[in-house]
Amino acid sequence: MSLAQTKETDVSKRLAEMKVSQSGWSAPARKEAYDRLMKMGMPQRRDEYWKYTRPDTLTSGEAIPAAVQKDSEGPIFDELDSHKLVFVDGVYSETLSDGLSLTGAVLELLSTTEEVDIHWAKSLYGSLEKNGQTPVARPLAAFNSAFAEEGILLHVKETLSKPISLHYIHGSETSDVILHHVIKVDAGARATILESGAVAARCNTVIEAEIEQGGQLNHIRAQGRDHERRAVTHVFAQLEEHSQFKSFTLTMNGVLTRNETVIDMRGDDSIAHVAGASVGDGDFHHDDTVFITHDALRGESRQVFKKVLRNGATGVFQGKILVKPGAQKTDGYQISQSLLLDDDSQFLAKPELEIYADDVACSHGSTSGAIDEEALFYLRSRGVAADEATNLLTLAFLSEALSEVENEDIAELINARLEGWLKRRR
Amino acid sequence: MLEIKNLCVSLEEEDKQILKGVNLTVEAGKVHAIMGPNGSGKSTLSYVLSGRDGYEVTDGSASLLGEDILDKEPEERAAAGLFLAFQYPVEIPGVGNMTFLRTAVNAQRKARGEEEMSATDFLKEVRSKAKDLKIDADMLKRPVNVGFSGGEKKRNEILQMAMLEPKMCILDETDSGLDVDAMKLVAEGVNALRSQNRGFLVITHYQRLLDHIKPDVVHIMADGRIVKTGGPELALEVENNGYADILAEVA
Repeated sequence: MSLAQTKETDVSKRLAEMKVSQSGWSAPARKEAYDRLMKMGMPQRRDEYWKYTRPDTLTSGEAIPAAVQKDSEGPIFDELDSHKLVFVDGVYSETLSDGLSLTGAVLELLSTTEEVDIHWAKSLYGSLEKNGQTPVARPLAAFNSAFAEEGILLHVKETLSKPISLHYIHGSETSDVILHHVIKVDAGARATILESGAVAARCNTVIEAEIEQGGQLNHIRAQGRDHERRAVTHVFAQLEEHSQFKSFTLTMNGVLTRNETVIDMRGDDSIAHVAGASVGDGDFHHDDTVFITHDALRGESRQVFKKVLRNGATGVFQGKILVKPGAQKTDGYQISQSLLLDDDSQFLAKPELEIYADDVACSHGSTSGAIDEEALFYLRSRGVAADEATNLLTLAFLSEALSEVENEDIAELINARLEGWLKRRR
Repeated sequence: MLEIKNLCVSLEEEDKQILKGVNLTVEAGKVHAIMGPNGSGKSTLSYVLSGRDGYEVTDGSASLLGEDILDKEPEERAAAGLFLAFQYPVEIPGVGNMTFLRTAVNAQRKARGEEEMSATDFLKEVRSKAKDLKIDADMLKRPVNVGFSGGEKKRNEILQMAMLEPKMCILDETDSGLDVDAMKLVAEGVNALRSQNRGFLVITHYQRLLDHIKPDVVHIMADGRIVKTGGPELALEVENNGYADILAEVA
C-alpha cells in the first residue's frame, strides 16, 4: 500500500467512525452536508485549491498533538468591555463565561438546542456553507457542518451595546475541535464578534453570517499564539441591501492556518471588507483564501492582507473577486503583500479577478519585498537602533491591514501584540 | 567639533575612489560651507560621516568631539550628536511623523543614558518648534514625508534637527528644490539653531542659500579634495565666475 493510499484510508476511517446526529433541528442539514462531503471528498494535495497548502494534517484521522503554551500576555480582548463566552477545547465553560442572556439578541449554544425540532437557525445552518461550495468546493466546511459539536447561535435583533467575545482556550495536547457558529443580524442592527485564543491542537471552525438590510457585523479575530496548533476556518457571509461586513484576523504563530472567507454580496450597496495581518517565523504556514462574489449593484469590497515572514515561514494568499453579470458599479480592491525578513521565507500569491459586468472598478496588487534599506538608514541616522528601526518599519508595513480595524481600542490591542511579538524576536 | 583628516573613500561595489584625502575642521559655533561642482564628492562626504552603507574608508579619520566616528553605527553617531539633513528625505509610509520624532528623541536620550522625554513635554516642544517652521498639525500626523512637497520635506528635516538638538549639523543641499520663500523659512530655522556649542557644515551648489545662512568659512571641493578655503567672499566668486576659474587656478 502506498503512502497516499494509507492516508486516504486514514481519512475514510475517520469519517466512518464519526456519526452524523440523527435527531433535532439540525439533522437534515447535517445529513445534507455529509452527502455533499461524500460527493466532494476530502481535499487532496493535487487539488488546485490546495496547491500551496497541504491538507493532510487537517484531514487526517487524528490530530497531531500540539503543546499547550502558557500565554504570558493573557487573552487579548480581556481589557475590553465585552460579553465573554469561553470554550475550553471546544467545550463551553459556564463558569468562565458571562452567560447566555443578552439584551437585544437571542444567544444559544448549538449543543443545548440539538433536541429541539424547530429553531430559527434551521434555515441558515449549513445553507450559507452550501452556497459557498460553488464554484469552488470547500470540503472541510461541509465536514464541519456535518459534524460540528458546539458553536453559538446568535440572532441579533438590535444594535448590541458591547462586543461578544468568544475566547477559546487550548487545554489538552490532543484536542480536536469542530465549532460552528450561526449569526443572523436583523435589518438595521449592529454587532461585533471577537474571537481569540489557540482553540485546540487542531480546530475546524465555521461562521455562517446572514446580514439583513442595513445590518452591520464586525468580526475581529486573534488566532492564538501556540506554535504547534493547526486550524482551518471558514467564514461565510451573506450580505443583503446596504448591509456591511468587516472582518479582520490577526495570526501570530501556529504551524498551520488556513482561513477561508467566502462572501456573497447579493444585496445592492453592500460593503464587505476582509483584512488580515499575520506574522510568523520558522515552522509557520499561513494561508488566506478569500472569495468575494459581487451579485448586486454598487457593492464595495476590500481585501487587505499583509504577512511578515522570517526563518523559513510560508505565506499563501488566494484571493478572488467575482463580479457577476449585472453587478454594475462594483468597487473592488484587493492587495496582498509580504515582508520577507530573510531569504528563507516565501510568499505564494494567487490574486484573481473574474468580471462579467462592464461598468466596474476593480484593482488588485500583490508584492513581496524586504525591509526598505533607505528608510532603515534614515531612521538609524536619527538615532533609532537597527532592531528598533526594523520593528518600526515592520509595524508600518502591517498598518494598512490594521487600519481596517475601526475600533481604536481594539486596533491598539492588536498593535501591542504585534509589537510584543517583534520584541520577543530580537 | 568635527575633525576630518586625510579622508579617503571608495565605493564598495566598484573600485572607484570618491574622496581622495579630505582635510577639514569645523569648530564649535562656526558655520562652514562646502561648494563644488557635480561629482566632486560633497554628498559622499555627508553619507560617509553619517554612516551609510556602500562606502569603504581606505585611509584617514573623522572624529566628533575628539572621538572617532567612522567605526560607529549610524545610530551611535546620531546619539553622539551628529545630524545629517538629507538632500532627499525618505518617505516612510505607515510611520507617523510624530511617532518618528518621539522614537528618535527618546532613542538618543536612552543611548546617552538620559531619561526619556515625557509625552506632555514632547508634545509641547514639538508643537512650538513646528510652529516656528510653519509645520501644521496635519503634517505632524501624516506618515513621515509621505505626500510632503519639496519644501515641506526640508522643513521637516529642520524640525528633526531642532528636536534632536545635535552638536554637529550637516546640511546636504538643503536648498535643492526650494523656492525663495521656502528657502528663507529653512534658513531661519537653521539660524535659530546657531549657537556657540554647535557646528554646521552646509553643502550647497549655490551661493543663494549662503545669503541666508551666512558662513564663517567656505571650502571649494573638487575631485574628492578640498582645493580652496576662504571666507564668505569665496562663495560670491563662485556665483559670479563659476568653478572653472578656481579650478584652473589650483590645478
